[in-house]
Amino acid sequence: MTRYILKRLGLTVITLVIVSFVVFAASQLLPGDVGRTILGPYASQQQVDALDKSLGNDKPLPVRYWNWASDFVKGDWGTSPVQNVEVRPLVLGRLKNSLYLAAFAMVLVVPFSIFMGVVAALKYGKLADRAISIIGLSFIALPEFVIGVILIVVFAVQLGWFPTSSQVPGTNPVDWFRQLLLPAIPIMFVLFGYISRMARAGTVDALQANYTRTAILKGLPRRHVVTRHVVRNSMLPTITVVSVQVGYLVGGLLVVETLFAYPGIGQLTLESATGHDLPTLEACVLMIAIIYCFANLIADLAYGVLNPRVRLA
Amino acid sequence: MASVEGSGLEITPAPPAPVLDVRADRRRRRRELFRALVRSKTFIVGAAILIFWVFDAIFWRAIVPHDPLGVDPTGTLKAPSSAHWFGTDNLGRDVFSRVLAGAATVLVIAPAATALGLLGGTTVGLVTGFYRGWVDDVVSRIVDAFLALPLIVMAVLVLASLGRSTLNMILVIGIIFTPLIARTVRSAVLVEREREYVAAARLRGERGIRIMVWEILPNITGPITVEATVRLAYAIFAATTIAFLGLGLQDPSPDWGLQIANGRAYMQVAWWMVIFPAAALATLVVGVNLVADGLKRVVEE
Amino acid sequence: MSAAPPVQTGAVEIDGLTVSYRRRQRLLRVLTDVSFTIKPGEAYGLVGESGCGKTTVAMSLMRYLPPNAVIESGSITFGGDDLLAADERTLRRWRGDRMAMVYQDPGTALNPSIRIGDQIAEVFRFHRGMDKQEAREASAHMVSTVQISDAAGVLRRYPHELSGGQQQRIMFAMALATDPDLLVLDEPTTGLDATVEAEVLDLVENLRDQFNTSILFVSHNLGIVARMCERVGVLYAGRLIEQGNAREVFRDPRHPYTLALLRCVPRLGMRKDTDRLDPIPGSLPALGADMPGCVFADRCPIARDRCVESPPELMPVSDGHMARCFFHEEVPDIPPMAAATQEDAAPVPDEVLLQVSDLVKTYKFSGTEVVAVGGVDVVIKRGEVFGLVGESGSGKTSFAKCIVGLIDVTSGELSFEGMDVSKPAGKRPGEARRRLQMVFQNPDNALNPTHSVRAILRRSLKLLAGVRGRDQQDHQMNDLARSVRLEPRHLDVRPSALSGGLKQRVAIARSFAGSPAMVLCDEPTSALDVSVQAAILNLLVDLQRRQGVSYVFISHDLAVVRYVSDSIGVMYLGKLVDVGSAEQVFASPHHPYTEALLSAIPTFDIDESRPRIKLSGTLPSATDVPSGCPFHTRCPRVLGEICRTEVPPWQEDGERHRYRCHIAPAELEELQKTAPEQAEDVVA
Repeated sequence: MTRYILKRLGLTVITLVIVSFVVFAASQLLPGDVGRTILGPYASQQQVDALDKSLGNDKPLPVRYWNWASDFVKGDWGTSPVQNVEVRPLVLGRLKNSLYLAAFAMVLVVPFSIFMGVVAALKYGKLADRAISIIGLSFIALPEFVIGVILIVVFAVQLGWFPTSSQVPGTNPVDWFRQLLLPAIPIMFVLFGYISRMARAGTVDALQANYTRTAILKGLPRRHVVTRHVVRNSMLPTITVVSVQVGYLVGGLLVVETLFAYPGIGQLTLESATGHDLPTLEACVLMIAIIYCFANLIADLAYGVLNPRVRLA
Repeated sequence: MASVEGSGLEITPAPPAPVLDVRADRRRRRRELFRALVRSKTFIVGAAILIFWVFDAIFWRAIVPHDPLGVDPTGTLKAPSSAHWFGTDNLGRDVFSRVLAGAATVLVIAPAATALGLLGGTTVGLVTGFYRGWVDDVVSRIVDAFLALPLIVMAVLVLASLGRSTLNMILVIGIIFTPLIARTVRSAVLVEREREYVAAARLRGERGIRIMVWEILPNITGPITVEATVRLAYAIFAATTIAFLGLGLQDPSPDWGLQIANGRAYMQVAWWMVIFPAAALATLVVGVNLVADGLKRVVEE
Repeated sequence: MSAAPPVQTGAVEIDGLTVSYRRRQRLLRVLTDVSFTIKPGEAYGLVGESGCGKTTVAMSLMRYLPPNAVIESGSITFGGDDLLAADERTLRRWRGDRMAMVYQDPGTALNPSIRIGDQIAEVFRFHRGMDKQEAREASAHMVSTVQISDAAGVLRRYPHELSGGQQQRIMFAMALATDPDLLVLDEPTTGLDATVEAEVLDLVENLRDQFNTSILFVSHNLGIVARMCERVGVLYAGRLIEQGNAREVFRDPRHPYTLALLRCVPRLGMRKDTDRLDPIPGSLPALGADMPGCVFADRCPIARDRCVESPPELMPVSDGHMARCFFHEEVPDIPPMAAATQEDAAPVPDEVLLQVSDLVKTYKFSGTEVVAVGGVDVVIKRGEVFGLVGESGSGKTSFAKCIVGLIDVTSGELSFEGMDVSKPAGKRPGEARRRLQMVFQNPDNALNPTHSVRAILRRSLKLLAGVRGRDQQDHQMNDLARSVRLEPRHLDVRPSALSGGLKQRVAIARSFAGSPAMVLCDEPTSALDVSVQAAILNLLVDLQRRQGVSYVFISHDLAVVRYVSDSIGVMYLGKLVDVGSAEQVFASPHHPYTEALLSAIPTFDIDESRPRIKLSGTLPSATDVPSGCPFHTRCPRVLGEICRTEVPPWQEDGERHRYRCHIAPAELEELQKTAPEQAEDVVA
């Protein structure tokens, strides 16, 4: 088990390093000169060049990468030339908001999706199964902004139950729902679609397995067979999918946050991309990747714990 | 098959099939495949929707009642009526015509991007899955890295830098699809390469490329087809989302994502600007997903 | 364990059972009018080839048929109760309590996420109402009943930590926990190594003494059924065609099919030079085919008009022995079909073809190193058939793959026809590839499903025989097809349209395309039906004689190996322990492992003079090969310290036989006249 964990950790680190290459390279493509962005269009070229030099923007690429990466690891993420604040607190603060929204959505939908997936598998081929599958399918199909827009039109504009844009909620649970429910719904739909499908597939496989046949031929009661023999094994692939969805989740947040004007990291990413705010953009994308890798690592650990073959190796 | 009540395995002993020649055999297979697909209701519904939109994307110029780009300052923000089935937008343009015309952009970008991704992904998947070794290790890490960066985020990053154009959209989505598709192809290849016919090919001294393309590839068309349709749905999804975020085609393009983005500001007074393009997009994506699901079921048999 | 039960309980009566499967609106008949009884405490064997419906019978008994199965008619009575009328709740009560099942592949039959102890305890908790503590004790008791030591430790483990043999024992423990009246065994030893299989069968015999259970033993292996069962029924195409006392049926079969089955299986005394195997012509009827007369008529050597027109009833042959044949009296006189004389063998020069020196192959698995082949020396001559024998972990597959070039060699020399072949196939000289080929085990996997047979053979002709040009290739292809008895109509189809036997012929043709000097046959008949095996074995023998090809023939079936081979090598944990001419290796004096292997074969002819050797312990892991003689941990003839500390030398037994042991041939021969002191048969 320790070897397994160490290996996963090592792979995560390598992945993150490569991610940092990609992020750095992509952001270098952004047009516009940092110095120019800071000083504005009216400064002279000389002033811009001087500022660039002092910022170290004229050094060769590998050196700049190294500086950037080592600074990042140390915690120095630079200053936003557009918003004139330090990047790190800005990004981390926004990240916290996004995590609220993400956690809200996941807590509501993940257990429910798994449950529905298992139910669909148990009622394989029957109406309940087809219904759940089709609903799940349609949920995946609709892009978040479509769902979001429809929700806004119906519930915020026409019915007025919810605000048209969302803010970070206070401690009041009612406020949580009021602010976060609409933006969470598009995310929850897509999560439901993928997770219920995987839970169903995993459960179907487990139901067809030889060990389930043994359990039935031992005359064990049906409920016991399902809860004790089947579900545990069907959860293994489901965990993998849930972790992958976290990655999708963060991307989906970008759209939803923009649509609902929620101050999260997704919205910040979009803003900094269109506003050519290089340091913020790099930090945002990198944080998103880190969150994804971290979620994967946790999923791998959970898998290792649940699967005796890995746990005891 | 899978109910917990005393059911069990489907015991299907292989019946010795009639011996046909290869061409007749191929025709028989295609007919069976077709028949199986036609039997699947999900596939039929999905295919019908898809065919409708493809037809529209090609022939919209012939069927639109008004010019999708034609502004009419006097008739702005009119509710749906017999003259304008879907109402008019803030510039007086007929929403119905714009919805019909909007299919064309999406149905060019999405298939092209998917094709690009397929090409790249299949190649990478075949090579890494077949050769394994350090090539596989390195490429897998790169693939993992790409997976860590959500499509939308990467697309935002790149399009903001390189500028918006149809070509760029296709490239971005296509290139980001490559690692995703490569992963699926690689899994399928890993299974096939253990089969003894691959060993037999090696014993004949077949070259690696020949084995990959001639021996293995024909046997993984099933998973690849399923993956392609799933990716196509996702490409539609991604292209319209990117347009919505303002990084796609510009005004006055009737692109659905753009229409929805524009319509947001007028949601309180003219909900039709948003709902109809959204509904159109929804049906298209659902259609593709139904086709994908139908194909998946049939292929898995 | 239990007093003599009343006559009713445990008696199983199947009467007129007819079962079909619904497939796309059609009903395909799988079982027709099957009737037999199992008396309390009796073991009834049900034999037949794949597709004959024996598993359907077993599943019908357990009422565990797939949803598309339809029981059209018939009744099953179990201890006086109507089994077919029982509802789900009743079935749940009976299953695991009055009736239990053990089937193939114990590795997947146990839940990988639940501890062994809990899986056994479930039976006690739900059927006997015990609490946790009681159930645990009862489980521990069952574990020792099935002869596994350290019961407490095993209870805490997970299935993947046990060996295949131990897993199957656990299955038996669960099945017999409640002392059921009926035990259904469906191929319980298929897939297990020969020695493990023998142990499991020993266990079943043992358990029968303790628990007076009725047993339905379903198997395709006639030898096992002969050993284990009192009565036997033979199924063909869903019909019971012969039934009776097991020994009598196998000694004096009265149905042409039973006779043919017995004749097509090589038995330990047979040799390719003197005995020819009798394949059964034709093929099994298609599922659901409607046959007005006798179902075997189209393949039967004594079939007449009457057989085709009307279906025979079960005719009495003697007390308890029945056969479904109008002419069962003629069956004993049916002559063997194959020609007694064979063509002359091609003359072959006496020279060395393949020389293997100190071949070593190791695999690296995340840190640990596994020695699959630990230094093997072998010399094979031209035209010689070298049989390679060994169980799982012996390294024979890795060895074969090294020779043929599918994997790379870690160290050692391989020389073939003077060429150095220590590199993988792709890097060898083309001539080496042409002359050294392989036939694989599974014909379904061995042919590319998307290519036509013609395309497959054309490719081999081009690359191995250097034949270019379509016309040339097609011309040679006809010759090639004829040599493996394929017809032209078989060429233009995809492999999926062919039966297993035909596919294997294509695979053989493919290997012979370049006129090889040596062909590696890796279990070439194991995946085929028994009746087809004989035809393929005959083909392989014929090709060998005609072309003077040499074989390295791998098989887990010792009788087949003996039949086909001129010389034999026995491998254990990566080392060659016994090698020499076939007669000598299979006769004393020989390595104790060989001795044990031979004694593990179940046969019809209960050979009292052959002692039954039990091996103690389980196969050591390949990562932890024992010091000195690798076999010392299990050897029934182990001497003592020396076997543990010193690597045994090669003992020469005459010119053509040597084995690795510390006991000299003369002594060993003396020792092997009697069975060794058996240790307490408790499996670690």
